[in-house]
Amino acid sequence: MAAHLDRDVTPGGCSWGEDTIVAISTAMGAGAIGIVRLSGPDAVAIAESVFLAARGTSVKPDETYSLLYGHAIDPESREPVDEVLLAVMRRPRSYTREDVVEMHCHGGVAAQRAVLRLMLRSGARLAEPGEFTRRAFLNGRIDLTQAESVAAIVAAKSSGALRASVRQLDGSLSERLRMMRRDLLGLLAQIEATVDFSDEDVDELDRLALAKGLAEVQAEVLKLLRTAFLGRALEQGVRTAIIGKPNVGKSSLLNALLMRERAIVSDVPGTTRDTVEELLEIGGVPIHLVDTAGIRSGGDHVERLGVARSVKAMEQADLVLAVIDLSTAWDEAEGRLLGDLDPARSIVVGNKCDLMQGDRESLTERVRARASGGGAGPPGRRVCAVSALTGAGLDELRSQIQQVITGGEDFQLEEPVLAGERHRVLVGEAHESIGAALDGAYQGAGEELVSEDIRAAASALGRLTGEDLTPDLIDEIFSRFCVGK
Amino acid sequence: MRAKTQQEWTYDVIVVGGGHAGCEAALASARMGCRTAMVALHLDNIALMPCNPAIGGVGKGQLTREVDALGGEQGRNADRAFIQIRMLNTSKGPAVQALRAQADKRLYEDWMKVAMSRTPGLELVQGEAATLDVSRETINGVTLADGRYLRCRSLVLATGTFLRAKVVIGDRSYAAGRVGELPAQHLSASLLAAGLEVERFQSATPPRIDGATIDPGRMVLQQGDTVPWSFSHWQTPSPRRQLPCYLTYTTAATHEVVSKHLHLSPLKSGSVSGKGPRYCPSIDRKVINFPDKQRHPVFVEPEGITTREMYLQGLTTSLPVFVQEMIIHATPGLERARLVRPGYAVEYDYLPPQQLTLSLQSKAVSGLFSAGQINGTSGYEEAAAQGLMAGINAALHARNEPPFVLRRDQAYIGVLIDDLVTEGVDEPYRMFTSRAEYRLLLRHDNAAERLSSLGHALGLISDEQLATVEEKQRKVAEYTELLESMMVRSGQVNAEVLEALGTPPLGGSQPAARVLRRPQISFANLVELVSGADRDRLASAPPEVIEQLEIQARYDGYIRRQMAEIRRHRATETLLIPADFDYRSVEGLTFEAKDKLARIRPDTLGQASRVSGVSPADISVLLIHLHRLLRTREEPAPGSGDQALRQAQCT
Ligand SMILES: Cc1cc2nc3c(=O)[nH]c(=O)nc-3n(C[C@H](O)[C@H](O)[C@H](O)COP(=O)(O)OP(=O)(O)OC[C@H]3O[C@@H](n4cnc5c(N)ncnc54)[C@H](O)[C@@H]3O)c2cc1C
Ligand SMILES: Nc1nc2c(ncn2[C@@H]2O[C@H](COP(=O)(O)OP(=O)(O)OP(=O)(O)O)[C@@H](O)[C@H]2O)c(=O)[nH]1
Ligand SMILES: [Mg+2]
Repeated sequence: MAAHLDRDVTPGGCSWGEDTIVAISTAMGAGAIGIVRLSGPDAVAIAESVFLAARGTSVKPDETYSLLYGHAIDPESREPVDEVLLAVMRRPRSYTREDVVEMHCHGGVAAQRAVLRLMLRSGARLAEPGEFTRRAFLNGRIDLTQAESVAAIVAAKSSGALRASVRQLDGSLSERLRMMRRDLLGLLAQIEATVDFSDEDVDELDRLALAKGLAEVQAEVLKLLRTAFLGRALEQGVRTAIIGKPNVGKSSLLNALLMRERAIVSDVPGTTRDTVEELLEIGGVPIHLVDTAGIRSGGDHVERLGVARSVKAMEQADLVLAVIDLSTAWDEAEGRLLGDLDPARSIVVGNKCDLMQGDRESLTERVRARASGGGAGPPGRRVCAVSALTGAGLDELRSQIQQVITGGEDFQLEEPVLAGERHRVLVGEAHESIGAALDGAYQGAGEELVSEDIRAAASALGRLTGEDLTPDLIDEIFSRFCVGK
Repeated sequence: MRAKTQQEWTYDVIVVGGGHAGCEAALASARMGCRTAMVALHLDNIALMPCNPAIGGVGKGQLTREVDALGGEQGRNADRAFIQIRMLNTSKGPAVQALRAQADKRLYEDWMKVAMSRTPGLELVQGEAATLDVSRETINGVTLADGRYLRCRSLVLATGTFLRAKVVIGDRSYAAGRVGELPAQHLSASLLAAGLEVERFQSATPPRIDGATIDPGRMVLQQGDTVPWSFSHWQTPSPRRQLPCYLTYTTAATHEVVSKHLHLSPLKSGSVSGKGPRYCPSIDRKVINFPDKQRHPVFVEPEGITTREMYLQGLTTSLPVFVQEMIIHATPGLERARLVRPGYAVEYDYLPPQQLTLSLQSKAVSGLFSAGQINGTSGYEEAAAQGLMAGINAALHARNEPPFVLRRDQAYIGVLIDDLVTEGVDEPYRMFTSRAEYRLLLRHDNAAERLSSLGHALGLISDEQLATVEEKQRKVAEYTELLESMMVRSGQVNAEVLEALGTPPLGGSQPAARVLRRPQISFANLVELVSGADRDRLASAPPEVIEQLEIQARYDGYIRRQMAEIRRHRATETLLIPADFDYRSVEGLTFEAKDKLARIRPDTLGQASRVSGVSPADISVLLIHLHRLLRTREEPAPGSGDQALRQAQCT
């Protein structure tokens, strides 16, 4: 009979995973080379979509193994993200017995994360703990004698992960997630009541009220999502690049923040030739502070190399401290440099304020004026006036750094924080789906579609709190509406 | 247990019950070639509608269409008997639209009986099934109260509200299956003896009034649609004369009558103990639970052509008859209405459905199936859907063939049965579209496309029927491709047409498929946007193809997301767990998961994942163990274990 449970399952069951998973598979932060690994039917296609091979080489479909050199690129902008090696292993001759592609990144953690994000956007799914091993096992790559231990490992891994997430989720975070989910359920119940009980006495959907409700939840989700930066910061540290023109006092600032003489300081512009990296802690958050070569055009070969590195450090940083010298006048190079920065992820630091007249307030104003450089830079930047020499304003700078990390909220480590990539991805999904629902609600999309997006959001949050959608939804409908004949 | 003198008959399949579940079960089994008997307490009351004289509605209408697509009778029968039909949710998207028809009660019963009588291999038997003959956890037959013994290979229980049933009106209560019908007093004891659990539910129905005594002028007239519709995919709808319904609302005066007499409600006095459905609240409940609501709607619906009786949807109650009368008279338009049949509640035994496998077979007794209200549901459509599935599986079981199960992503029927069997019920279960996670795919317009090939494989859908479905699918595919390749130009004329439709002009030529995805643009608009041969081709598309093309365009991205989701879950959904799997020996499962899984014994890993209290980590562990089990059971061929498991389960 054709019509049974086994209808669409390939006999032999060799490809277990129906979808393609991805994960960063070297320990975060350790070592210079990081591997982002894909496994599944679309592994090659996904890798190719974010890869530009050097010298026109490409992945050949008939080769079991291939190794290519090139760049990871953003498929939309075609901008390179990192220099990478691409290793392709065709099924069944791979670790999981599925198509496996590894992208070896050189640009450190930030580059790995960027590549991971691109792959997620291209259709891969973030692997669950132990999932590569699980697939290897299920596809018969690991033999019988190993089965027992694999079971143990997977069990341990996932229950370990579970324990961790339970620990994390049983505090105020889970309470907040539950509240958001409950709000979404309330909104969903309104839609569903108009759908399932349309021939009864249920009022038409009030789209304005729905949109308002959605916007409120979205604001909550966004607040939480902002802590994702802090969560990641706590786990992996914040890469903070100090950039600026030569001789503005970047190395001096590094030393001042470290409170020791780490980098060479001199009055010769172009002193720092290569990047210098140091670890410090601000408010309990690890900060990877990177001093860079001053950015200017010209200079000798070595200096030009250094400048290239500075630009790269800036691109890969989570946070940029852009230093300007208050004792010198504004010029166009400074304007360009500041104009390129992401205001949410940068602070303009006006240095050498000991050489200037005026109180801190007027000095800060001066920095602000320079930061918007003749109208070139966007408004609303974070600014700070300091003296690396005297240490004035450094406390203010530290607190500004904290504010960027915490997303402008008051800095309190006891507050719930999204830690763990899984949490961040799921809350991100919820945020995106609420956005789609909001658009739909405004643009008059069908109730069933708006509902679809809210469901997606609620179930993303539900996957974090471990709650099931449908039974709760139906309870919600009956507690709110007098429906039923 | 049986005496030597008993007369004996032998069947492949016996169906106990002649309600909506029983009829479908018996028809499916007989149509699949099994010698089938349908036993009912009274053969004049086959497919009787004890409550609302209507088939369909949002969620339920989808079930009826699915039953039809698998070769069932409900859709066809409703088409023959309806006296008003309407498409619901027309202001919303196609995924949540559904048909609802008022049926002539008597015609509905009569036509169903005609269909049954014309089915070869199906015998109708009047009598009360009293004792199941179960030995070694296997069903052998059933003894009727009059002493006859019927032997069988499979037996379907579809006894509805009849087991140890008690009718309640106010402070009066007496044993009856429904008002005016005998209860089935013996069978429950036999079920308990076979090791099954039995619990109580309750349901109620509103009073009926004489339609000649209502005042239509004080109510809102509700006509049927003028567009002809049909539930069944296999017949062409034609227009017919329809009867109107009326809408009125309760008032403060109505509520006051209710409040004053609440102490007489069986709910309060405790003379009804079973749990009733929340979605079918009595007027008493509504007044208690929503005291702030000024009015509740009351739909006044004809019960047929040959009767003047009308049904009062919204006034369900089992308060004493004099109070029912006062409630009616306090409601506008019904001031002078004469009460004909009092409303009442019925309390009955049901079998908590977690005792079933996904094929609706009892886990305790091999060959014993159950369907309909006895499984804790309510409603004709839910009953018919289960009846059909139980009938099919009883026939397959009788032929020693593996079961037929629909997944949640294939049909509402799959959602219904999985919900029942996996989660159980704590009130009579009714279908809602919000229960279906893949609701954009499970539409009533594509039921035939989704299911008729499965019905064909079972022998319930003919070659000709299948051919019409395949022809439509071919056409849809052809036009889908055409729309991808056909270009719409961005000229001045088109820009004007688009602007008039409230959508911006095209920036350069675009494939027609993409233009159709704009919400403002219908297929008819698209025809205007192309010219020459393109226009002719589009203009000649048949309406049922256009419907599908528009739906595809509207749901495009969402459907792709749902399909991806389905693919992701497919592997776990289809992995069977052996019936004798020992959960307690699995290391790494939490205590709660072990306990629940051992009790519910899910059929598939997907089902296991929906058991409350079972976490994704538990499922991982289970997955590993199942695979290890496969490999030890079937060495050495790698991967062929799936097959082995299935056989272990099915034979
Ligand atoms: C008072 C009342 C109120 C209801 N209210 C609602 C409602 O509000 N909403 C809703 O959706 N549904 C309601 N219904 C339920 C709806 O009628 C049922 O869901 C549907 O009819 C169930 O179909 P079924 O085939 O399972 O059983 P039924 O239609 O009940 O049919 C049972 C059949 O089994 C036969 N039978 C039973 N026991 C035996 C036996 N031992 N031997 C032989 N034959 C036997 C009977 O003769 C009958 O033919 C109500 C029903 C009643 C009676
Ligand atoms: N008065 C004063 N002088 C400072 C301050 N910060 C730095 N300087 C001086 O400015 C000069 C350049 O300082 P560096 O820290 O080397 O500057 P840099 O930006 O690292 O320069 P390059 O590495 O060459 O790009 C040195 O002579 C410092 O002593 C400050 O806050 N006040
Ligand atoms: Mg320096």
